[in-house]
Amino acid sequence: MSTSALRVGGVTKRFGEVVAVDDVSFDVADTELLALVGPSGCGKSTLLRLIAGLFPSDGGVIELDGVVADDEHTSLPPEKRRVGLVFQEHALFPHLSVAKNVGFGVRASTSERNSRVSEMLDLVGMSGYTDRFPHELSGGERQRVALARALAPRPALMLLDEPFASLDPNLRVQIRDDVVDILRSTRTPAVFVTHDQNEALAVGDRVAVMNAGRVAQLDTPEQIFHRPASRFVASFMGEADFLSPADVRDGLGGHEFVATDVDPADSGDLMVRPDDIEFEPSADGGATVTGVEFRGSSRCYTLQLRSGATVRSLRSHLVDTPIDTHVRPSLVPGHRPVPIAD
Amino acid sequence: MTIPWRRTGRGGWTWSSVLAALLVAVPVVMVVGSVLRPSTDVWSQQWSTRLPGELRDTALLLVGVAIGTTVLGAGLAWLVSAYRFPGSKPFGWMLILPLAMPSYILGFLTLSTIGPTGPVQDWWREQFGRDAWFPDVDSLWGAIATFTLVLYPYVYLLSRAALRDQAGGAYQAARTLGASRSEATRRIILPLIRPAIAAGGAVVMMETLTDFATVQYFGVDTVSVGVFRVWRGTYDRNAAAEIATLVLAFALLAIGLERIARGRARFGQSGGAGAGIEPTQLRGWRAAAAVATCLAVILAAFAGPVVRLAAWAIQEQRSDRGTPQLDQYPDYLWNSVQLVIFAVLACTAVAVVLANAQRFGRPRITKLSSRITAMGYAVPGPVVGIGVILAVVALDDALGWIGLELPGAVATGSILVLVYAYFIRFLAPGLGAVESGIGQVSDEMTASARTLGSGSIDTMRRVHVPLMRSSFVVAAVLVGVDALKELPIVLLLRPFGFDTLPVWVYNLASESRYQQAALPALSIIAVALLPVMLLARQLDRPDP
Repeated sequence: MSTSALRVGGVTKRFGEVVAVDDVSFDVADTELLALVGPSGCGKSTLLRLIAGLFPSDGGVIELDGVVADDEHTSLPPEKRRVGLVFQEHALFPHLSVAKNVGFGVRASTSERNSRVSEMLDLVGMSGYTDRFPHELSGGERQRVALARALAPRPALMLLDEPFASLDPNLRVQIRDDVVDILRSTRTPAVFVTHDQNEALAVGDRVAVMNAGRVAQLDTPEQIFHRPASRFVASFMGEADFLSPADVRDGLGGHEFVATDVDPADSGDLMVRPDDIEFEPSADGGATVTGVEFRGSSRCYTLQLRSGATVRSLRSHLVDTPIDTHVRPSLVPGHRPVPIAD
Repeated sequence: MTIPWRRTGRGGWTWSSVLAALLVAVPVVMVVGSVLRPSTDVWSQQWSTRLPGELRDTALLLVGVAIGTTVLGAGLAWLVSAYRFPGSKPFGWMLILPLAMPSYILGFLTLSTIGPTGPVQDWWREQFGRDAWFPDVDSLWGAIATFTLVLYPYVYLLSRAALRDQAGGAYQAARTLGASRSEATRRIILPLIRPAIAAGGAVVMMETLTDFATVQYFGVDTVSVGVFRVWRGTYDRNAAAEIATLVLAFALLAIGLERIARGRARFGQSGGAGAGIEPTQLRGWRAAAAVATCLAVILAAFAGPVVRLAAWAIQEQRSDRGTPQLDQYPDYLWNSVQLVIFAVLACTAVAVVLANAQRFGRPRITKLSSRITAMGYAVPGPVVGIGVILAVVALDDALGWIGLELPGAVATGSILVLVYAYFIRFLAPGLGAVESGIGQVSDEMTASARTLGSGSIDTMRRVHVPLMRSSFVVAAVLVGVDALKELPIVLLLRPFGFDTLPVWVYNLASESRYQQAALPALSIIAVALLPVMLLARQLDRPDP
């Protein structure tokens, strides 16, 4: 049987009165990439630091590869945990060359260390840079060296804290894909903290959405996006509008959606995303265009229904409908409103 | 359950920093504790003799020096910040040179120059007759003038920084809102730099309170002199401790005054930082008056004394007597150097431990410990001195009780006691430098090293220390120069016959052998110039 690379069970961390991490539990399987996403201050970086052992938790259990790293009896120091850590600011040692940085954590004979260093630098495509110093590198190069340095001691788990946030947007996707490829090729499980929803959805095998110290939902990217467990997850992980069942029944011409899909006992709202909605100009369509946002390849329209509720509709830039036009909104074929529990 | 966090390796760091805090705090607490067992006969004897006069002189001296340094320091800061005149830039940094002038050196120069037997009064009497009136230099006034000239740079520096960092944006905003120059000055500038003036004033009062050597040139008896006299006269440490609590009370009063003067103001904002006030160009007699003011202060507080000392030193060299003091010079220098080395090593080593403990230990406890150790700088020398004696005697008793003898006569002082006192007084500047050094190492760098398998000691050795190295030099210079200049604590605690350069200067000056004191005095000033020049260079750079 295989143990999880990481097991977090009911972990809590307080700073004075503030509960930064509140009874959080999840597992990371071998070779899995978990994206931890949430608004700033939600506790995701604190959680990462707890896993790394930078400070002890105030409750709960952290197990790494089946070994207890932190519970009420013990808190292993970071150097005993075999985790690799990569930061937004890279945190390379400025007084050491690239090779010395990468070799820092390799406890082996000089020749073994050297071969490990060149293997790692090959892996991240930085072979020619051994004798450079961190200040002579670009942001992307530093990121690669930081990754090589963290991977060199063969960590059982990689932790990445907003690793791409400081990079130029043009470089970001490229380096992100490279890093993910490297983690997959070395079969290293990883927890990846980001505040960028798209990044979380693109990178994670699974995504954990955090809010106010708690995990709001933990699921595959598809489920997170299409079946959000709460209003918070729905609106944090993409654009969302919330309509009452009556609005959906009366205001939207649904193709497949029928009112019976909604449990009459369930008074909760239904979530629709802008790409779920289309519309046709129609004098008696029951809705009015109240806003248009041009987004280059698309336009995002705001429609006001007769009930007063508003819903957004994402259309091709070819659709150019002026404000105040009367329209008939409808659900795009195949798209369905999602019941939201809270 | 009792060792849950010990396995993180935090315990050692946390306890080390607590120990350092205790080393600093215990002597001071013991002095305060002495009040709990007052010896009434000492008090009544002191009350009926010297104490009332000492209290009065201390109060007058502190008030006088506070007013003098505030007027001179804040005034000069305003002059060089708000106006431009020939030489205003170089004057800007030259005005901090008196920081290199110990009061016990300027004191005897003041006396010998304008005192009863000095050349100025000789000339005065020649002009206006034998009985012509001349202000009494040999008095409280002379002491106030000396301390004002030596200590005003503290107020000057803090006011200047406040003017540059904070006042600029607010001043310009006030002007655009229709306030005139003088109105903006009165309503914006003065309230904004008030906290800086108050802080400078508090430092100045602490420094004044620490001294009991310079005031004796002028026949002024403060409570600090009282401590010295009781201890060196009777070696009654409890009596000395009780007088020392009065010194501490004055220190607390000074801090209280600072709080009141500052009010609720805590201006941390930096609206338009570095913008400063647009200086006005002075012309004609105004410019001349500004230049004359700066020149007069620098001449009186630094340049004049240095020239006079140099002249004396050369004279002494050429005199028929030869230079007997040159034979003693290496001995005294060696004593000073020994003290400096021990103080630098102790302060820097403990500062490194404290700074690293803030990274590796439990954050709240280690930060608190560091703040406590830094407060030693604000405790007046006599309190530290007597406190250290009490602590070492207590240690001696404790060791004796378990059957160990501490070598050396504790009561009459030993180098160990001296170094301990220096450690308490001078740890703060060293810690400040080392803390700013470790500030260059980001938390993420520390965390990276730890997760790469380095324990705390290994991380300190391989990452922190290489990146902090230049701050060690700064710490060593700051601590070393303070230790070299220090006079009162040595006078209070030195083993019999242990003379340092400052003690030698002081003894010669007390016997009016000014010429012979010139050479050691000059060497002290030369060394003390080192950190001042560092500061001056820093001051010159970001100035717009």
